[in-house]
Amino acid sequence: MENNNEVVLLDLWASMFGMRVRIALAEKGIKYEYIEQDIWNKSDLLLQMNPVQKKVPVLIHKGKPICESLIAVQYIDEVWNDRSPLLPSDPYAKSQARFWADYVDKKIYDLAKKVWARKGEEQEAGKKEFIEALQLLEAELGDKPFFGGDKFGFVDISLVTFYSWFYAVETIGNFSIESECPKFISWAKRCLQKESVSSTLPNSERVYEFLLDAKKRLGIE
Amino acid sequence: MAQEDVKLLGTLGSPFVCRVQIALKLKGVEYEFVAQDLQNKSEELLKYNPVHKKVPVLVHNEKPINESLVIVEYIDEAWKGKSILPTDPYQRALARFWAKFIDDKVFLAVWKSVFTIDENERETNIKEVHEAFQFLEDELKGKFFGGEEFGFVDIAAVNIAFWVPMLQEIAGLQLLTNENFPKLYKWSQEFLSKPTIKECLPPRDPIFGIFKGRYESLLASAK
Repeated sequence: MENNNEVVLLDLWASMFGMRVRIALAEKGIKYEYIEQDIWNKSDLLLQMNPVQKKVPVLIHKGKPICESLIAVQYIDEVWNDRSPLLPSDPYAKSQARFWADYVDKKIYDLAKKVWARKGEEQEAGKKEFIEALQLLEAELGDKPFFGGDKFGFVDISLVTFYSWFYAVETIGNFSIESECPKFISWAKRCLQKESVSSTLPNSERVYEFLLDAKKRLGIE
Repeated sequence: MAQEDVKLLGTLGSPFVCRVQIALKLKGVEYEFVAQDLQNKSEELLKYNPVHKKVPVLVHNEKPINESLVIVEYIDEAWKGKSILPTDPYQRALARFWAKFIDDKVFLAVWKSVFTIDENERETNIKEVHEAFQFLEDELKGKFFGGEEFGFVDIAAVNIAFWVPMLQEIAGLQLLTNENFPKLYKWSQEFLSKPTIKECLPPRDPIFGIFKGRYESLLASAK
């Protein structure tokens, strides 16, 4: 029986990166202590556990920190390898899962930010690139229920958490993601049928409020 | 043993391609190197890497794998022999963290500190490189990032060992020296002296020449 204190997560409720780790922990049925972080006033614990980037999420297992959400998800999969595999076992399939999760990491946050942080022509360009990225992911998904095939897995986890930010991005950008990417939305809703996802993703309107507040604090109009 | 068909699409001067070559060498994998012209991308490159259209691309029995660190992990898992990543999950997480750190914090900052005509941009990027190198300096506990033997992080850091000294010489900078980062400097010398690594490095003079030409064109365009 695992001691609750063995697994700790330093996180921010609105972080799409932190949500990935929470979904992975839920998929594996791992009990953990969640410690909400104030990213505008970083705690000593956060700075001690992630001195390099000073960011959330940080997974702490038996006192040792693991930073970077996708690295933490892989760590969880490798340690609790007796249940609910998150990555495929075949090396080639695994490499493709890592490639697409890496694509999500390289593109989705920055493109969404171009929409919520910029105005005018720059914002329009951002919207176009963001939709194109989602459409590329739709093409990769194809007719499969999930990115890994029949089972929800690593790529789905890396990506579905951004869905909770869609309302905010659409409202600020004044556009509809569903009208351009209906398959993406139906995939996201399919993921939400899973308890691990629905219990993790926060209310979209709360995220919107959070983003408006963040913009003010960052001095973004 | 089934017929293995392994191709590496790459360019001679790329540290990302070099990472893959080191991994293949470590596992004793025979492969065909297919040199690419990035100014005139081949159909093969576009077919196997439609998303990023970049090198390296490893093609194993006609199935492509892209992104150098993803490729190195694939090589580690697909072929037996010397392990590139540690076996312990926590050590693996640390290795992945530092390899990603090098990808995110070193490459662009090094490039921008050299290939710029804006002195403010140069200073900002030199500072970023030094901050990154300080973290790596502090992280180096043994001979290599992998311990007594080199591993995933050392391979990821090949650009620091081989490319940074060339670039800093061209631009007259002190990015990595024995004085400013003694442990990292010593690591670079040890790493470059390993026979496996030496055999995978491109020839220095032509690469140096290409970068120098690029630097001089940039300076000339500013006048």
